Amino acid sequence: MIYDFLIAPFAEFEFMRRALAGTLALALGAGPLGVFLMLRRMSLVGDAMAHAILPGAALGFLVSGLNLFAMTAGGLIAGCVVALLTGLVARMTELKEDAALATFYLLSLALGVTIVSLKGTNIDLLHVLFGSVLALDDQTLVLIAGNATLTLVVLALIYRPLVLECVDPGFMRSVSRAGAPAHLAFLGLVVTNLVSGFHALGTLLAVGIMMLPAAIGRFWARDITKMIGIAAASGAVSGYAGLLLSFHTGVPSGPAIILVAGALYVVSVLFGQVGGLVRQALPQRHLEA
Amino acid sequence: MISRRWMLRAAAGLALLMTAGPAFAQDKLKVLATFSILGDFVKNVGGDRVEVATLVGPNSDAHVYAPAPADAKKVADAKVVIVNGLGYEGWMSRLAKASGSKAPVVVASKGVKERKAAGGHGHGGADPHAWQSVANAKVYVANIRDALIAADPAGKAAYEANAAAYLGKLDALDADVKAAVAAIPADRRKIISTHDAFGYFQQAYGVEFIAPQGVSTEAEPSARDVARIITQVKKQKIPAVFLENIADPRLMERIAHESGARIGGKLYSDALTDEKGDAPTYLDMMRHNIKQISTALMS
Repeated sequence: MIYDFLIAPFAEFEFMRRALAGTLALALGAGPLGVFLMLRRMSLVGDAMAHAILPGAALGFLVSGLNLFAMTAGGLIAGCVVALLTGLVARMTELKEDAALATFYLLSLALGVTIVSLKGTNIDLLHVLFGSVLALDDQTLVLIAGNATLTLVVLALIYRPLVLECVDPGFMRSVSRAGAPAHLAFLGLVVTNLVSGFHALGTLLAVGIMMLPAAIGRFWARDITKMIGIAAASGAVSGYAGLLLSFHTGVPSGPAIILVAGALYVVSVLFGQVGGLVRQALPQRHLEA
Repeated sequence: MISRRWMLRAAAGLALLMTAGPAFAQDKLKVLATFSILGDFVKNVGGDRVEVATLVGPNSDAHVYAPAPADAKKVADAKVVIVNGLGYEGWMSRLAKASGSKAPVVVASKGVKERKAAGGHGHGGADPHAWQSVANAKVYVANIRDALIAADPAGKAAYEANAAAYLGKLDALDADVKAAVAAIPADRRKIISTHDAFGYFQQAYGVEFIAPQGVSTEAEPSARDVARIITQVKKQKIPAVFLENIADPRLMERIAHESGARIGGKLYSDALTDEKGDAPTYLDMMRHNIKQISTALMS
């Protein structure tokens, strides 16, 4: 009974196992990135970046169809160009980083929509906007898993400067010059994870598996390491439960995964140990000597 | 000197010229068809006397079509507007209103015996893809012929002759399709295709189509749908899985791979291809489809 409900779908169908492997890898890479984005008050950067990637992916698609490499390369180039231009404008002019990013991603989005409509067919764009987690082939899986590995390795390398810059940017600048390169590498990881996420979930939902688990983690831990662990774990749980939901009820899989993460988030907002609403309402025990 | 009387006469003459029919002015009758297959029918019936424009061109899907301002102009320019009906062009009534067009809107599928959509959602219950049965295509052609005659009575003889010739070709096509299906063993006449547009084809020719995505391409497949299809292919030993020119091919490949069915070539359902493609006309489309189906199911 429980076996039928929880395990049989994956035991019986290869596409479910592939979908699960893909979402687990995604959660593992994207969760920690989401935590850093959130702590640096850049939660909406992921969303803006996802829009910036879309035109590149769409262009790659128009040039060579549903080709993994063309779409990945297009997305990566578009994302990196927007990230670099944003950084340049923010550093060299009066405009702040958020405003610079807003302008470039909007331009990028408009450009993408124009390119796609010039070409004339609009049907396939839907498949770019909403990727298919149920149709992961070997190439795509390798790409997603490889990206998750790369993300974790690079994160391990830049972990110290990154954490320091989150916690005390002034101190960081005074003791080290690793801040800027670490920041750039970090933004690069955000772009690669969004590109890898859009193959499985589509550009719009790829941000979901990055930011929602991070916000969940925030409600359960003060410690950044724990927060990262909880984010990755809740992303993985959302992936597993979302696929089951889609399998048993017929809800489309991509949205199902994000909806499960959303439900976890609501629970965390209410009952979270760190700043959850119920916790705040209850009388706290005083510290006694 | 130009007198007032002369001016009046000239104006009256001009007005007469403008109101006179296309035959008088040697202008072509402007006909707008909503999508490429209807456009092909109109071309065949109208011949040289009409100028056909289509809203949803080759290789595009009418289900998710979004009208552009240029399209409203096409509607406003048209003297006759031909639509499929059966709920296929949900956007058409709004577009016609927005463009301020006064052209008669002719429903080409009028008189077709309508069929309920398999998924129950999408087009308000009716399956709009009636042209997939050649018998229905003949109804379309007759409706288009009558509409053209009503709009341009002077061309009656030409339209009737063209339509008769084209109907003859459709009869031959119908016979060919039936012969091809008869050659396939009865227990192998089963196919999976991404788009459930072949309901009328199934009804007319007895090849069963099973789709993973319901009727409308708007619906995203869930894990449950995919699992059901794979189970079904395995259980019923369905020999072939077909990709279509407008739905996610990655999903089809996954299903074929997992179920062991053979991947057939492309079938065209809702849209013709451009001149270089496999299916630039309706006749080509149907012949291409039946050839693909019989090669995949025969072996």
